[in-house]
Amino acid sequence: MAPGMRPLIQLRDVWKVYHLGDVEVRALRGVSLDIRAGEFVAIVGASGSGKSTCMNLIGCLDQPTRGTYRLGDADVSTLSVNERAAIRSHRIGFVFQNFNLLGRSTALENVALPMIYANVPFAEQRRRARELLAAVGLRGRDQHMPSQLSGGQQQRVAIARALANGPSLLLADEPTGNLDTQSSTEIMDLFLRLRRERRLTIVVVTHEPHVADYTERIVTFRDGRIVSDEPQAPSRHATEAVRA
Amino acid sequence: MNLLWMTVVTALRALRRNVLRSALTMLGVIIGVAAVLTMVSIGRGANAAVQREIQSLGNNLVMIIPGATTANGVHSGSGSAASLTVADATAITKECPAVTDVAWAKRQVVQVVYGNQNWATAAQGVAPSYLSVRDWRVGAGRFFDQQEDAGAKPVAVLGQTVVDQLFAAGEDPIGAIIRLKNVPFEVIGVLARKGQTAWGQDQDDVVLIPFLTAERRVLGTQILGTVDMVVVTAATADALPKVERQIRTLLRERHRIPPGQDDDFTVRDLNEIAEASKNASEVMMNLLLSVASVSLLVGGIGIMNIMLVSVTERTREIGVRLAVGARTEHILLQFLVEATALSLVGGAAGLVVGIGATRLIAHLAAWPTLLSAPAAAGAFLVAGAVGIFFGFYPARRAARLDPIAALRYE
Repeated sequence: MAPGMRPLIQLRDVWKVYHLGDVEVRALRGVSLDIRAGEFVAIVGASGSGKSTCMNLIGCLDQPTRGTYRLGDADVSTLSVNERAAIRSHRIGFVFQNFNLLGRSTALENVALPMIYANVPFAEQRRRARELLAAVGLRGRDQHMPSQLSGGQQQRVAIARALANGPSLLLADEPTGNLDTQSSTEIMDLFLRLRRERRLTIVVVTHEPHVADYTERIVTFRDGRIVSDEPQAPSRHATEAVRA
Repeated sequence: MNLLWMTVVTALRALRRNVLRSALTMLGVIIGVAAVLTMVSIGRGANAAVQREIQSLGNNLVMIIPGATTANGVHSGSGSAASLTVADATAITKECPAVTDVAWAKRQVVQVVYGNQNWATAAQGVAPSYLSVRDWRVGAGRFFDQQEDAGAKPVAVLGQTVVDQLFAAGEDPIGAIIRLKNVPFEVIGVLARKGQTAWGQDQDDVVLIPFLTAERRVLGTQILGTVDMVVVTAATADALPKVERQIRTLLRERHRIPPGQDDDFTVRDLNEIAEASKNASEVMMNLLLSVASVSLLVGGIGIMNIMLVSVTERTREIGVRLAVGARTEHILLQFLVEATALSLVGGAAGLVVGIGATRLIAHLAAWPTLLSAPAAAGAFLVAGAVGIFFGFYPARRAARLDPIAALRYE
């Protein structure tokens, strides 16, 4: 995190243009953004401001129409579909608003899913998945189906899944959007703890101020552009959570 | 390997999730495989039956019958002319080197009487060599010999059907006295059962008596020495065309037929007739087989249809898998394995149904059937290939989904 160190994420004049029929949608209009390893960043903005599009680009789910995106030493803008899949597999973990767990699979199987595609041996998959479930506070819930778990617990499973292949970058798109305040707080505390324990870089897309309060930096999007990028002191609550 | 195993487990689980839907989807393949297997079994059974009939005719037979007569513009049909004689037959023995054995026969339908029973059957006056030429055996008693033929003795050898009609069950016909056209005959033997010809004629419905006895005592004749048919054997099937040629040349010469004029006799290779009937049954089998294959094809389309539904239903799942690092080929493989599992499980069920249906048909319709392991394996593999072929399009569609759109899919 020392100044001068090369950023983990480097977006340079990134444009993303869609065509919906005859209508041209400019979702991103020249976004440049650096995020250093270990940062905890919130991306905020109204819906349609381009924050989710930006998140998808950072997560290598999409390619910029124009501009460059470097993730670590890789120039993502030039990578093939399968090369991006490999990056998602090993270096990025996703957490979604609606959890996106496989409904017919157990918590353990859900956590093991990314390891299947990373060719982790079966026994190792089980061992690591169990360990991760314990790390997110779900010890003993290995065999529960998602429908048997509360929203907060399901999001914990999703977080364990995101960490399955030991990524350095965790991307969370409205991770507390479907949760009550109590669960939201627990999930955000969990992010803080995991960040500290695993030296994660975390980017959270949110429109909830109390979620953004947990982070050290708030990037605001409007109409496909970054309109403000401010460091901030994490809220008192968050600080307490870190100390705890 | 690990990945493939997980994929197979996932696929089977996905199929088990919708048991009814999976079963209905497989139905086309089940019916297709079962139909193919059953058709092949019936076809092979029929072929084997024809083969047995070819054997039952005797080996490498050539039959010569007199030609048609024409009197006052009326054609009387094959065999009506009295143009073939015993002398012709003995000449064939001497002059045609390709012929191994010769017999001749004269036949007429007569009423056979025994006690208070009677039965209309073909009485055949035959040369003593007839039995060996036709590759027939005596089941009980004995056949008449050269001396009995030369002496025109009143002895008879009965076919099984005649025995069944005239004698009570368990009664020994040997030594019994039967009457043919009021002439008493002693039964000296019973022929072994030979069964039907390929064209449905009962070969056991016959009474064999010495040729001279028939000519002089029973059937009568206008010209002495004429016969209704001459049967000869060739050493091998390959020699049959040569035998036919030699006989034709010899008989035309003996009957003084000038070149350019038609034969007054007909030479028939019996293998050819049997082959023709075998070919006919093969054509029939191929026809049924292609109908069965269409059902397999329809089954494949059913699989494609349900896989497309499945891909749509599971769009979000595909999105999740892509997001956590699945490559396109992982998704492709997953749906391909699922489609193939559908068709293979269907194929296996089809084999069971097919074997059952074959047994049932053999039992109920009493058709000859012959199950074939290669046909079963073939039908199973084709079912698998159908799954791969028709599963490919839906699988590719799944693999090409855009992860972002898939994740947002409601």
